[in-house]
Amino acid sequence: MAQELRPAWSLPPGTPDRITVPVEWPGQVTREWAWGDSTGKGVSVCILDSGVDGDHELVGSVSRAVAVSLDAGGQPVVEDDLEGDLCGHGTACAGVVRSLAPDCEIISVRVLGAGFTGSGDILLGGLRWAVEQGFDVINMSLSTTKRHFSGILHELTDTAYFRRTVLVASAHNMPVESYPWKFSSVISVASHEESDPMTFFYNPDPPVEFFARGVDVEVAWVGGSKIRCTGNSFATPHVSGLCALILGKHPQLTPFQLKSVLHLTSTNVGGGE
Amino acid sequence: MSDELRAAVAAGVAGSEEGYRSLLQSVVEVARAIFGAKASSVFLLDEATDELVFEAVAGEGAETLVGQRFPSSQGVAGWVLVTRQPLIIENVTEDPRFAKEVAESTGYVPQGLMAVPLLHEEQALGVLEVLDRPQRTQFSLVEMDLLGLFANQAAIALDLLRRARKAEAVLASSVEGAGIVAQLAATVESLEDERRAAGLKLLSALEEVLRSDEGGY
Repeated sequence: MAQELRPAWSLPPGTPDRITVPVEWPGQVTREWAWGDSTGKGVSVCILDSGVDGDHELVGSVSRAVAVSLDAGGQPVVEDDLEGDLCGHGTACAGVVRSLAPDCEIISVRVLGAGFTGSGDILLGGLRWAVEQGFDVINMSLSTTKRHFSGILHELTDTAYFRRTVLVASAHNMPVESYPWKFSSVISVASHEESDPMTFFYNPDPPVEFFARGVDVEVAWVGGSKIRCTGNSFATPHVSGLCALILGKHPQLTPFQLKSVLHLTSTNVGGGE
Repeated sequence: MSDELRAAVAAGVAGSEEGYRSLLQSVVEVARAIFGAKASSVFLLDEATDELVFEAVAGEGAETLVGQRFPSSQGVAGWVLVTRQPLIIENVTEDPRFAKEVAESTGYVPQGLMAVPLLHEEQALGVLEVLDRPQRTQFSLVEMDLLGLFANQAAIALDLLRRARKAEAVLASSVEGAGIVAQLAATVESLEDERRAAGLKLLSALEEVLRSDEGGY
């Protein structure tokens, strides 16, 4: 079916009314406007990690779980995941998302657990698959330091951005270059020390854009257990959960608009109101 | 390589492993002391076997753990290595299954642990762990930054150790080849004027041909 020709590279005279911005913006963007009464229902959140234990009480359910591996030719293969979480970390992230957005849909893409060798290619394969599926939010509490992956990662994160898939990625607190959290098309997250899960700060001083709860967080772990963890890995799913809440109420938001809403509702900009 | 040059390289490499090991040991000792922890260890990734190997241990397990290895996909250390993300976990003992898994990568069951990847340039070389620092009501992110600084130091030491081992391996495996090269160098050295220039040109061309094949497959 031929699509209606829409302005893309330039805007011809008399056509601005063909651009529709479906969200009605209030005079002041408050948290009530942003996610009041939202439970994240209707929003898909993909956890790109070590797998997710869907039977854990803090996770609830997982609608689909796949695992990525490399075939004999070194190409990534995506298959149904029959092993679940091999480490506990993916379950921890899923539990944090669920605690904020209880009715969101959680999908697990396992890219960890097969050892170090080939892990970069598996990560890329998993991310590519997740972007192709068109999930609303992808939580990435991991990064790669391999420079030769940065170009492909950049393309993938930009593709996600323009397809309205929000990528939320953990920042690094070490003096090395790593990807993709430094790219502007993703939402990068580091930790603050507050204990309130709804407290988050916008950082105008790059590279990291938001700080969320990441210290001494009780999280789900393997075997139905709970442990207390610290790390940017746990701050990231807090922001993914917030994104799910916002998209649950305003599904038409683009990643750019969503990031703006996060900025306006952050504790240090909107005062947590 | 002339005998002198070979001897010089060998002298440079000889004993360096011991020196870098001492440096690593010093890093884990200081990390343990600064955090007031029960133990601290550094793991090196053995890429050939995809395993993590205990390279230096301070405190609990120091006598028994060095040299022990486990799969790089296993447990907290494996996760930290692959994701390049630091992780701090408290109350490990509350979950017996998790505690068992951690014990396999630490030598005993700690109450809590901090693990940080050792990154040098774009390579992930291993993991630094600090076990059982005193429990506090509130963990401070300053400690995380401090751990990151230690990790940077440990990564440099680990990189030097890896390089020294590679150099030793090259020297050990190239005795025969080095002999031929040394003989060739001596022959060219003994030639005069034009023949010497032609010999050097030939060697240079040979080196170029050999180099152009590198990485071609």
